[in-house]
Amino acid sequence: MVYDTVNIVVGGEAGQGLVTIGQILAKSLVRSGYSIVVTQSYQSRIRGGHNTFAIRASAHNISAPQEVIDLLVALDANTVKLHRQELAPQGLIMADEASGVSDEACMNVPLKQLASDRYVNVAALGVVSEVLGLKEEVVAGSLRDLFGKGDPTAVKENREALRFGFQWGREHALTNVELTPISDAPAPERMMLNGNEAIALGAISAGLKFYSFYPMTPSTSIGLSLASWAQQMGLIVEQAEDEIAAINMALGASFAGAPSMVATSGGGFALMVEGVSLAAMTETPVVIVVAQRPAPATGLPTRTEQGDLEFVLHAGHGEFPRAIFAPGSVEECFELTGKAFALADKYQGPIFLLTDQFLADSYRAVAPFELGRVSALRPGAAEGVAVSVPYGRYAVTDSGVSPRLLPGLTEHLVVADSDEHTEDGHITEDLSVRVEMVNKRLRKGDGIRSETVPPQWQGDDKPDLLIVCWGSSKGSVLEAAATLKSEGTQVATLHFSQVWPLVPEQFLGRLEEARTVVCVESNATGQLAGLIHRETGFRIEHPVHRYDGLPITPEYVLRVLRQ
Amino acid sequence: MVTIEDYGQYETAWCPGCGNFSILEAVKKALAACQLKPYQVLFVSGIGQAAKAPHYLNANVFNGLHGRSLPVATGAKLANPDLTVIVESGDGCNYGEGGNHFLAAIRRNIDVTLLVHNNQVYGLTKGQASPTTDEGFVTKAQPEGVASAPFNAVAVAVAMHAGFVARGFSGMADHLSGLIQQAIAYRGFSLIDVLQPCVSFNKVNTYTWYKQRCYPLADDYDPMAWETAVKVAAEWGDRIPIGVIYRNNRPSFCDRLGRGRLVGQDVDRERIRKIMEHFA
Repeated sequence: MVYDTVNIVVGGEAGQGLVTIGQILAKSLVRSGYSIVVTQSYQSRIRGGHNTFAIRASAHNISAPQEVIDLLVALDANTVKLHRQELAPQGLIMADEASGVSDEACMNVPLKQLASDRYVNVAALGVVSEVLGLKEEVVAGSLRDLFGKGDPTAVKENREALRFGFQWGREHALTNVELTPISDAPAPERMMLNGNEAIALGAISAGLKFYSFYPMTPSTSIGLSLASWAQQMGLIVEQAEDEIAAINMALGASFAGAPSMVATSGGGFALMVEGVSLAAMTETPVVIVVAQRPAPATGLPTRTEQGDLEFVLHAGHGEFPRAIFAPGSVEECFELTGKAFALADKYQGPIFLLTDQFLADSYRAVAPFELGRVSALRPGAAEGVAVSVPYGRYAVTDSGVSPRLLPGLTEHLVVADSDEHTEDGHITEDLSVRVEMVNKRLRKGDGIRSETVPPQWQGDDKPDLLIVCWGSSKGSVLEAAATLKSEGTQVATLHFSQVWPLVPEQFLGRLEEARTVVCVESNATGQLAGLIHRETGFRIEHPVHRYDGLPITPEYVLRVLRQ
Repeated sequence: MVTIEDYGQYETAWCPGCGNFSILEAVKKALAACQLKPYQVLFVSGIGQAAKAPHYLNANVFNGLHGRSLPVATGAKLANPDLTVIVESGDGCNYGEGGNHFLAAIRRNIDVTLLVHNNQVYGLTKGQASPTTDEGFVTKAQPEGVASAPFNAVAVAVAMHAGFVARGFSGMADHLSGLIQQAIAYRGFSLIDVLQPCVSFNKVNTYTWYKQRCYPLADDYDPMAWETAVKVAAEWGDRIPIGVIYRNNRPSFCDRLGRGRLVGQDVDRERIRKIMEHFA
């Protein structure tokens, strides 16, 4: 059977190498010209348990995961047990003959005859790739890029195992789950990367020079990417003793002139919160990435949720302006990271990126980023900033933004204080200065607000159904809306890639014109809907919520809407 | 020619007779002696009476959160290694709230001088026990006397092979100023635990109490000898050693990284394009 879009799920225990198979397969699909959406579902353990690496691939552009499985690659029998009910009627299971799966949809492959233990995964990869109709040289290329630098015997054995896999697939496959071939014209140049990698690339493009972190799923891989580039890009990436140190280090580095970022998840961010307030009071630029996972407390450490919007919005004691971006795609992760750095630098304070495990780990095929779209910061390069003498770090201005000098680069002294302070940065208890400084800091909020990215509207004007969403659910909501439209519903979507500040003039009319408005969120209480109500008085009556730790899918949205 | 006058003279919020006054003078004197101009120096402090000290001299200042000066100082030093970075805060700030950062700074050997005003009590919050308060000391918060053992920061630092470990006394200001000069010159992490009386809230460890006990280490004392230093660092009670107790030649964190200044560096887009190629 030939498919336009196919959903491949590789399942097995942690430690069986399913991510490796998944990555090589995904890369081969991208190099063959297909669009992909990867969903990684894993348990908080290094060995055992049950993990999956799902690749939805299509000859068309796709941006959402899929629940129904067309090809289930079972590295253990448990995978079949757990996912059999998700298999499409025409779907195919591929399992190792030795795992003893007895199922009419199952193609039992004698993997142990094809390769020795260490290479059975690559043999399985060969069979799967053949079944999908991929070219052997493309898969061999992806394999070589991942393992090519290893021990030459292993490289050779891997290549052999792949060949035997392809060969077995050609001779014995039950049925094929073949993707529509892409035209022979050379595929446009594309990259395969996930949300975290795009954030890391966005950060270095924007001029990041200092990154400090304490490992926490699902944010950790941002630091790992940056660490791998640190030498060539002249960055410092430091694993701090805790998240409190991480944000304070970033603030110290930023104060001294290095564009800085930290990333963490809810629990680690909880530790950083006093530092958020410090960034605001000392007017120190910092970009803070919060990759959400289900909470409270440790919650489900490796799953996804959008439960921390209210937390991030209110984090930090006292009143001060901030902006919160919520990218809806890998491309938006890159661009909005750039924007976050620009805003942090311009308005001198904390700016947030709110993502989640699904997007952080979700590989996509994207065109190489246009670096020119992100302006690169170089604080300290233009120390010719006109300042009054004596220099006051917190000089009161109409915009609230004070000319910022860096310590040690001029003879002016730069004094920053977490206490309320005078214009020259020194501690004060003069209460009229206090009022003046509060007003100055809050005035920066007007500037931030004027640069708010409007929510993205797509679909019919004055629709019967308007689906509102934010962050990572964008692709799924768009696809669900497309399905509804094809069934005759007048439908539109409104995606917020910036969830604070909310500017009602940008969207309130749209809400009021729609007959029915629903809000799709990966949380239990409808945090964006609540925020919209607070800011506009408009109440979104119909929630589509998911909080079981799995990402929002088009099927999920449609199921709830049809109830 | 930099003089002590370049560092200014300001009105303070301290009690008359506070040990902070002579520490402040010792700091200014040391900076002038090192011929550092105010703009070349960054003070980072936390919260407490000691943490206000940087407001009373001319220099760059980041007066941050309680306990968090060391991470801020670490970030600033890494961003611009040309800055002379000095952390100035009290015993509660550095050894209590910021204890984890104290251990991490020693391990990193970040080129920062940590000047701890140690008066064995909380001053700003009016007299509760600090991590260095002796056992049995009675306060309103510990009315039955402090039950925990005091934290000997000098001994811990020596045990961890910290780069430079010294103890000073506010009542011996010239000696202290000399220690500060050596600490600033040291390329790595330098700790100076400065004993000082708190005239308002510590009626036990008074000026006289310290004066009777503090003795300078002999001229032939070898601070490079770690095993001796461990013993000297543990000495506390009737006699308290003052001076450079231990030092070594570990490479500093900045030297290990070898990055130089982060500030003012360009973004090399060509390199980013190369990185992107790995994703193709």
